[in-house]
Amino acid sequence: MKEILAGHGSGGRLMNDMIEGTIRNILGPRSIQLDDSAVIESVTGKIAFTTDSYTVTPLFFPGGDIGSLAVNGTVNDLAVMGAEPKYLSCSLIIEEGFTFTELERVLLSMKKAADHAGVSIVTGDTKVVPKGGADRIFINTSGIGIFRGPLLRGEIKPGDRIISSGTLGDHGITVMSMRNGLEFSSDVRSDCAPLNRMIKAVAEKYPHAVKFMRDATRGGAASVLNEIVKDRNFSALVYEEKVPVKDEVAGICSLLGLDPLYVANEGKVILICDESYAEGIVSAMRTFEEGSSAEIIGTVEDKNPGKVYLETFIGGRRILPLLTEEQLPRIC
Amino acid sequence: MNRELTKKLAQRLRNRELKRPLRIMEVCGTHTVQFFKTGVKNLFPDGLELIDGPGCPVCVTENSYLDLAIETAGKYNAIVTTFGDMIKVPSSYSSLAREKARGMDIRIVYSPMDALNIAENNPGRETIFLSVGFETTAPAEAVTILEAMKRNLKNFSVLSGNKVTPPAVRALLEAGETKIDGFILPGHVSSIIGRAPWEFISEEFRLPGVISGFNSMDLVTGVITLLDLIEQGETETVNGYREAVREEGNRSAIGIIEKVYDRSDALWRGLGRIPMSGLEIKDTYSAFDTEKKLPAQAPPAVEHGGCRCGDLLRGLIIPPQCPLFGKTCTPENAVGPCMVSSEGPCSAYYRYGGGI
Repeated sequence: MKEILAGHGSGGRLMNDMIEGTIRNILGPRSIQLDDSAVIESVTGKIAFTTDSYTVTPLFFPGGDIGSLAVNGTVNDLAVMGAEPKYLSCSLIIEEGFTFTELERVLLSMKKAADHAGVSIVTGDTKVVPKGGADRIFINTSGIGIFRGPLLRGEIKPGDRIISSGTLGDHGITVMSMRNGLEFSSDVRSDCAPLNRMIKAVAEKYPHAVKFMRDATRGGAASVLNEIVKDRNFSALVYEEKVPVKDEVAGICSLLGLDPLYVANEGKVILICDESYAEGIVSAMRTFEEGSSAEIIGTVEDKNPGKVYLETFIGGRRILPLLTEEQLPRIC
Repeated sequence: MNRELTKKLAQRLRNRELKRPLRIMEVCGTHTVQFFKTGVKNLFPDGLELIDGPGCPVCVTENSYLDLAIETAGKYNAIVTTFGDMIKVPSSYSSLAREKARGMDIRIVYSPMDALNIAENNPGRETIFLSVGFETTAPAEAVTILEAMKRNLKNFSVLSGNKVTPPAVRALLEAGETKIDGFILPGHVSSIIGRAPWEFISEEFRLPGVISGFNSMDLVTGVITLLDLIEQGETETVNGYREAVREEGNRSAIGIIEKVYDRSDALWRGLGRIPMSGLEIKDTYSAFDTEKKLPAQAPPAVEHGGCRCGDLLRGLIIPPQCPLFGKTCTPENAVGPCMVSSEGPCSAYYRYGGGI
């Protein structure tokens, strides 16, 4: 099997062969420009600009891989602000010995995800590090999005509703199951998906309803909610019975001692809106496959500001704390 | 678990009117946490108080144990292997985390067998396993010592801080410092030792107890059963966790503990020296007993100023009554072990309890 060698990062012919023969061949001729920067047609108004690095292990998992994750993750970071994702960069850090077959598989997945999300990969970079200098492949993507509608941020008030765009914990549990040899649960798959279409539809239908939205990746929904309430004059209450969790995910969580509210997602947002729009937004989300299990999961309250609470299914309340440490490392 | 039935019983607990204020004690760290996580504690009727007993192994371990571990490892340049929950626990003068940062070779393991493998892979150095736990973890550690003997390992030893729980409950009751109306007894420990070893609570101290499991249903029914017993003046020790706990316990696990360990006196944080509450490695296996194999003398242990973990573990206070709680003592920067251990009462109150 053909492997990537140190020479593929040397700037010489091997590197040019890899860029031409593999990367540009798959991602498209504009993906790694020959000049120093990509030149983008002028855009008017506000833009959103973000960056994220992806180090997931294993690289390939049911429902996605590091390539689709690297595209969708950055697309979603732009979309949750209200921007329309347009341009991505793609930076590859490859460990010597990584195979071309795997690289091609990752790139094809990136290309497919980019096409699906409607974004263009317009610039990139490749580095090869010695064996042990990275774990097979790390990817960084930066993204630019353009605002055609309002910024999806507003003043959160007690009485507002908290929405989850669907089942929680799917991605983290898929990756964790593979690491723990629990792949037999074949129904578990990552929710890795671009959310820009669904978000755009919600924002167009309810232009000033959304007060906050964030994709619930590392640390899961509970961590997003803790970020929202921190140092603010309101609290968040989540109803355990309303939180959508797939049976298989709930089962594996209890086996591994994890709480799905803290497990990473790669295709779910937590959204806060005025009570009057909540039902409508959930219905709008449910018309999309990626939002088909959307639910109102909680309420913004004014007592005990700065904290997130869970009302358990028997009606008792407790804090959903901010975790001191990440419960699953290298999940995205 | 039948969710609908659990909800109904939970409502029944919430609406119950007590004839008088009652104090019940849980003696298991997992219960401490589960009472919060399930929300059951939040449904307690007015007048019902849950106090935390000496049920978290890391919490009841005296500073002198870690002092000795650090002293020994330093003196013999040994590899220290430990479960992760001991890493941040403050010793008298340091902590494993601090020693690690200073260069001590400290490795987190998930099973004592991992420690054995580390010893095997590092033949030139001593490997010490820090064995801190109750009846639940002691069998696996005993098996590890037997395995070390079988493999003829010369560089592996165990620093035993293992303890058995019924003598601690007895010491608490004999001291009589705090009023207790009944006990929620530990499910995991009882799955090893059985129901019978708890009967002294009924027979000698005329108090009821219920062995309980860990989900919402187990906890709700456990508390309701205990309240019924208390209010009817019954003093039984009830097995409320029959799916896991047998009258006589797990004979093979008990057998393996008895094969490797002798009962000895042991030091408990807050409770002091309790007769026959420790598990000491038998002389037959002294080649694997760190204290005998690698003698060392730690400097005199000191307590952390202001820390009331000891009073807490005796049931005298609940965590928010400690002046350090949530101020100078937090999980990120703990003064006492009850805030460090994931099963510690202070950590449970801090993480799940505030402002409800």
